[in-house]
Amino acid sequence: MKLRLEARPEPSRLALWSAPLLATAATLCVGFIVFTALGRNPVAAFDAFFIAPVATRYGIAELLLKASPLMLIGTGLAIGYRANVWNIGAEGQLTLGALAGGGIALAVGEADVPSALLLPAMFIAGALAGMLWAAIPALLRTRCNANEILTSLMLVYVATLLLSWLVHGPWRDPEGYNFPQSKIFAANALLPILLPETRLNAGFVLALAVVALAWLFVRRHIVGFEMRVAGLSPGAANYAGISWRRNIWLGMLAGGACAGLAGVGEAAGPIGQLLPSMSPGYGFAAIIVAFVGRLHPAGIALASLLMSLLYLGGESAQVNLALPSAVTGLFEGTLLFFLLAADVLVNYRPRIVAAAA
Amino acid sequence: MNEIAQIVVLTLAAGTPLVFAALGELVVEKSGVLNLGVEGMMLVGAIASFIVAAKTGAPWLGVGAGALAGALLSLIFGVLALTLRANQVAAGLALSLFGIGLSAFVGRPYMSVVIEGIKPIVVPGLTTLPVFGKLVFGHNPLVYASIALFAAVQIFLRRTRAGLVLRAVGESPQSAHAIGYPVLAIRYAAVLFGGACAGLAGAFLAVAYTPSWVEGMTAGRGWIALALVVFATWKPWRVMIGAYLFGSVTLAQFQAQAAGVAVPAQLLAMLPYVATVVVLAIISRDAAMIRLNAPASLGKPYHPE
Repeated sequence: MKLRLEARPEPSRLALWSAPLLATAATLCVGFIVFTALGRNPVAAFDAFFIAPVATRYGIAELLLKASPLMLIGTGLAIGYRANVWNIGAEGQLTLGALAGGGIALAVGEADVPSALLLPAMFIAGALAGMLWAAIPALLRTRCNANEILTSLMLVYVATLLLSWLVHGPWRDPEGYNFPQSKIFAANALLPILLPETRLNAGFVLALAVVALAWLFVRRHIVGFEMRVAGLSPGAANYAGISWRRNIWLGMLAGGACAGLAGVGEAAGPIGQLLPSMSPGYGFAAIIVAFVGRLHPAGIALASLLMSLLYLGGESAQVNLALPSAVTGLFEGTLLFFLLAADVLVNYRPRIVAAAA
Repeated sequence: MNEIAQIVVLTLAAGTPLVFAALGELVVEKSGVLNLGVEGMMLVGAIASFIVAAKTGAPWLGVGAGALAGALLSLIFGVLALTLRANQVAAGLALSLFGIGLSAFVGRPYMSVVIEGIKPIVVPGLTTLPVFGKLVFGHNPLVYASIALFAAVQIFLRRTRAGLVLRAVGESPQSAHAIGYPVLAIRYAAVLFGGACAGLAGAFLAVAYTPSWVEGMTAGRGWIALALVVFATWKPWRVMIGAYLFGSVTLAQFQAQAAGVAVPAQLLAMLPYVATVVVLAIISRDAAMIRLNAPASLGKPYHPE
């Protein structure tokens, strides 16, 4: 008896969309085993990790709050990933977006500028800064053929160090007791709260709007179609005269713009100032969100909720189970492993055959 | 003169994690497989070696544990990318993300633990000789091990039949399969070797170079190692040159900081990353040279049916 994989004549849509569910179920099983192995009551641990954080109105608001940057970045990255453009430096693009948007907020300071003017300016600056940071790998890829995976990732470290320098040095709050942090933004530079007594802010609406726009682009615009073709069959795309250079630029810039917006959303939202680190790894988690969401805007919106729950669960596990919050990263990685494994069913049919004589 | 010897010793030490990781990845890529999980495997190797060293008090046992942990982690990549034919880029990324998460999770209680690390050797009567003493007999034992690894990889790839088969698998898995070589088994072996090397690189950082455990302590060295393989156009001797060049950049940054150069520490710390981007861009410009030297089937899944 042997398990064989038989190629399907065409990819299975059923497998494509059930793979994330399978992967989530398998990740939960692993969680069960890990919690038990660590001597925690698995049922109580499950409750603390997955149920308790979202059992309240505040918890739901937090879920949506954390899902916003994830769905924003995941949507942007997916546009590139569809065309085989591998931008994995979203964390750096987010950092630069926060830096630019936050820079404007700090420059305006206490001056009386209406929010309706200041916030859009911050978001535009953030998107441009994220695009600028993504343009470097795009330029190096199209001009020098340098691998965009490595260059975009290296720039994450550069961006983090740049922000760290600014908040340790020139932008440090002189009244901040020497902590590496900027001044707290004035009220006109903060996003309005959507639900009273929670932290959920207008950034969530922006994220939803971008997801909707991306859907239109991917499904209804000829360029979105061409980029999908390029991802599915580079040869055919080349023959049809679809420019690979344009795809790289569009893919990288879309990811950079979305990550930049997410960075401003964090700075002007839950954080409200600039800190040495503006994100607990949203830029990397969004890669997983993009894959789990099948590179489809609607799927990404759902996947961002799941990933947001993993973040909330990690925080809750730290408080209630005395487990390091890094358990989040562990689950994220496991989820992606299982997803990739389940994806084999999209193109192959498993079949048990008698061993060859 | 003794100062120059000291700088050489420090440069070799700073480049050694890159030597281990990049040589391992070079062998993997020579077999036609691209494993982007180096950073994750290094971190898991680092924490595994540190825990074993801390628990047993035997840092050498830790080094073995680091290599083993790296190899075990690479096995996950092997199952996904080789057996299940997953996209190699995605599987490698997953491995890095998982390794970063796993090491941070497991390593939390070890953040401020102090261990007795592996120290540079001292040969009585020889190390104390002026200049040459330190240059030849004053390195960390793992630095010698990394140079031995270089010799072994170079001889394996260029002078042995097994090395020839491995290269054939990387150039044309179809032909290698047709002649009767077990392509998947060979690729598995290469992936495991690469994992063990990345684990060694992490172990060197955790139990010899620093020695300590800090979350994310590899600081992107796994990614720099991947860039090094391209920079070296898949030639082991050029990996060595590249690794020591980067070692000297890292060192220059620390020296400048210590000397009180009027540039903020964070901006100096950008140097290795900026250098990687610049070097990668310059090398990749020559598309013909890359195409000539890169294994022809690199990153393309192959499954004998």
